[in-house]
Amino acid sequence: MFADSPLLSLVIWTPIIGGALVLLASKDEHANTARWLSLFFAIVTFLLTIPLYTGFDVATHKMQFVELNPWIATFSINYHLGVDGISMPLVLLTAFITVLAVIAGWEVIQYKTAQYMAAFLFMNGLMIGVFCALDAILFYVFWEAMLIPMFLIIGIWGGERRVYATIKFFLYTFLGSVFMLVALIYMYTKGGSFGILDLHGLKLTLTEQIYIFLAFLLAFAVKVPMWPVHTWLPDAHVEAPTGGSVVLAAIMLKMGTYGFVRFSLPITPDASKELDWLMIVLSLIAVVYIAFVALVQKDMKKLIAYSSISHMGFVTLGFFMVYTIFENTGGVSGAAMGIEGALVQMISHGFVSGAMFLCVGVLYDRLHSREIADYGGVVNTMPVFAAFMVLFAMANAGLPGTSGFVGEFMVILAAFKANFWIAFFAATTLIFGAAYTLWMVKRVVFGDIANDGVKALTDINKREFLVLGILAVAVLWLGVWPAPVIEVMSASVENLVTQVFVSKL
Amino acid sequence: MTIKIPDFIPAIPEIFILSMACIILIADLYISDERRVITYLLSLATLVVAAMLTINLHDTATVYTFSGTFIKDPMADVLKLFVYLVSAVVFIYARGYLLERKLFRGEFYTLGLFGVLGMMIMISAHNFLTIYLGLELLSLALYSMVALQRDSSNASEAAMKYFVLGAIASGLLLYGMSLLYGVSGTLDIKVFAETIASKDLSSNSQNIVLILGTVMVISGMAFKLGAVPFHMWVPDIYHGAPTAVTLYISAAPKIAAFAMIMRLLVDGLGGLHAQWQDILILMAILSMGIGNIVAIAQANIKRMLAYSTISHVGFIMLGILSGSQDGYSAAMFYAIVYAIMSAGGFGMVLLMSRAGFEADQLDDYKGLNERSPWYAFMMLILMFSMAGVPPTLGFYAKLSVIQSVVKADLVWLAVVAVIFSIIGAFYYLRMIKLMYFDKAEESAQITSMPDMRFILSLNSLAILVLGIFPANLMAICSAAIGSLMLI
Repeated sequence: MFADSPLLSLVIWTPIIGGALVLLASKDEHANTARWLSLFFAIVTFLLTIPLYTGFDVATHKMQFVELNPWIATFSINYHLGVDGISMPLVLLTAFITVLAVIAGWEVIQYKTAQYMAAFLFMNGLMIGVFCALDAILFYVFWEAMLIPMFLIIGIWGGERRVYATIKFFLYTFLGSVFMLVALIYMYTKGGSFGILDLHGLKLTLTEQIYIFLAFLLAFAVKVPMWPVHTWLPDAHVEAPTGGSVVLAAIMLKMGTYGFVRFSLPITPDASKELDWLMIVLSLIAVVYIAFVALVQKDMKKLIAYSSISHMGFVTLGFFMVYTIFENTGGVSGAAMGIEGALVQMISHGFVSGAMFLCVGVLYDRLHSREIADYGGVVNTMPVFAAFMVLFAMANAGLPGTSGFVGEFMVILAAFKANFWIAFFAATTLIFGAAYTLWMVKRVVFGDIANDGVKALTDINKREFLVLGILAVAVLWLGVWPAPVIEVMSASVENLVTQVFVSKL
Repeated sequence: MTIKIPDFIPAIPEIFILSMACIILIADLYISDERRVITYLLSLATLVVAAMLTINLHDTATVYTFSGTFIKDPMADVLKLFVYLVSAVVFIYARGYLLERKLFRGEFYTLGLFGVLGMMIMISAHNFLTIYLGLELLSLALYSMVALQRDSSNASEAAMKYFVLGAIASGLLLYGMSLLYGVSGTLDIKVFAETIASKDLSSNSQNIVLILGTVMVISGMAFKLGAVPFHMWVPDIYHGAPTAVTLYISAAPKIAAFAMIMRLLVDGLGGLHAQWQDILILMAILSMGIGNIVAIAQANIKRMLAYSTISHVGFIMLGILSGSQDGYSAAMFYAIVYAIMSAGGFGMVLLMSRAGFEADQLDDYKGLNERSPWYAFMMLILMFSMAGVPPTLGFYAKLSVIQSVVKADLVWLAVVAVIFSIIGAFYYLRMIKLMYFDKAEESAQITSMPDMRFILSLNSLAILVLGIFPANLMAICSAAIGSLMLI
């Protein structure tokens, strides 16, 4: 029934137009109107994404819900939208997380509430646009435009060092993306099209591919972020307001890895093969080294930020192991499992990291401190909250039964087909991840009541319960029964796997 | 002896502007200070009527008149329309500022109209002398506009500098033209290009003279554009001139300068593309580099925007040096977009200023979001557009020039350009930081004319809306360049 309606356009533009409307209620006395209006638009957007799932044809890898209109004829740039099994779950995730981010900022944000809410709505539309765009320039426009609201969110509503953090965030990401732009333009002058699917078929020499791959790497590695260009992330996370951290961790980081599967692997398969060692090494450094860094953090948000980098290392590892797996096993099934595991990890990390940042936000709203040392024995005064936090911490550590387990397990399993040592280092995450997460939980949640501040804590209210409860359901559901997500992805992943093994030389 | 009467029709807009400028000049003498607004309205009406004349006369054919010294082609029509548009916007923005400083006299508007006439002649010139004529008409109008604020020592100093340096630049240009005349024996651009094309340029003494002439011409043009290493005057004059005049200098004349480059360098010296490409590459890199880096160190917004202008000029050059139709239309698009952004940028400075307060320090913009969220948002759009961040018009300007550079097999130059645009992003972001992240230091209301507020909002929103729908403007530029008769 939705096949003919421009569903993706609706999903992209509803929140953007909604955001503009929310800005109309920018007077302080209309703050409540702004909150309800934003919630309304966020929920409507999420509801609009549901037909994408129900109407999705899992049997094909082809783009679905496609819209194709000429946009800038001079450069044959089209307004070309569509989703496949890789991007569709991310669209749902984005719309879902935005609803939570809006609710998370409900009482906390008192300064310029309307602008805050509108920024999230704008970002919602733009992020969905990134996942739906099938034209490279359209993709780039969404990709860059999204920086503007995030820049403002961190800069206006952030913590003490917000200006430093947000300018660093903006310049780092901008730095990476402009090289991607040059690469895209180069391919346009070669093939005469900015269509992403056309670029997939573009013949390129190995040298060209390597340069293009490196340009993409710069853009996407900053966003993921991969070691050594990760340093903006802890700063941005620490200074961002809770909602900003949630969106940053849950969705923006996924754009980097999404870029790898949508651009790097299919457009430059030979360069990916040539440089897969580099990607594997960088991923393992992220997994192992950054986990150590996380272990010593004193700031909860920083710890979770580093844990995000470590977990995203898993995703990139899953993508770029494919060539080694293929060489060792001669079949594509192991490779497909690695990629599928990485994609599941993306979704799962969206839920888990979002939930972890929300938990820290709950504590921060009460005591205005993110220092682990300022807490202790929270379970005594906030039992319900403690239950949630422990659940999400377990998911973060990859406990079976939670969503965190599924993706990591699949990637590690695939890694064993590639190389024992890769698998070995990847598997250490199960230990280190558990160590830094559970140690933090131990210090914050358990033990005796540490100080008067903790003594005076009140347990979570209905709003917070609602947000954390929804996420808890999502985390457990994906952990126990991931089949619906994997089923949606499988056709597209199979197609991707065949693409990455077809040489373009 | 027979006197051939030239065809006046293609030049009707010029003739009209000239007549109206003279009429307004005389009429203004009889208008009392309280009714000065009549001069203002007459000047605006002149631009509107000129625009209608240009639109009416527009067709896709290329027409020469006045013995080939004057050309009317689609590019000229499009550029002239944007000159009218931007100048009218400038006139509207300037009114409040001039009123508050008791400068609201006829001179600003009559000189402004003469400047417009100069630009139109530059755009339609097809002979070395006509180009020079138009350029001098514009420059003389600008010199005296800078000096308009007689009691300000800053403005007088700026006017003096501008005049002296401008005269040197004109001298260089003229000397270059005379050398080119010496080689070819003609001042007509088309004949010149044909002569160059038919000559063997490999090794003769004429070749050296030709190159020297080209270098001189390029130096003169670079001076007028404000490209490094001929950029020294830009920050001083932008800073010293009354903001309304800075606004005028920074906007429309860039469109005219683009036209001048097209006529001289591309139309006339197109055969020497290989020779001047290197010069332009160097100047473009230096302009983007010095413009963007030095802008970071500025505390005065007018100086900051001046250095930003220098860097944008570098980007315009990128389009021209790539030497293809795509490149020229990208440069044309960039020049037009730049004029619109610049009008908006200095328009914001005018909006924030009031009697006795210039609003030219960066710190004057602190906490603008608290004082006026709407204008803070307008400035935000302008800043992101100048930085080249989508979805604003500035992004497509950068996209199209970079595309043309890549197409010309100069990928490294494209990489250099984007690196400088990242460096440039920093000071635009700092502006947004001041407006959005810092607390306001003063709470004075923004007082300005309602017409200016309306047009300024329209100006910024246009940058956003055209950023979402840039196709038409790009197509116009590409069609205009496509109809050029290049040799």
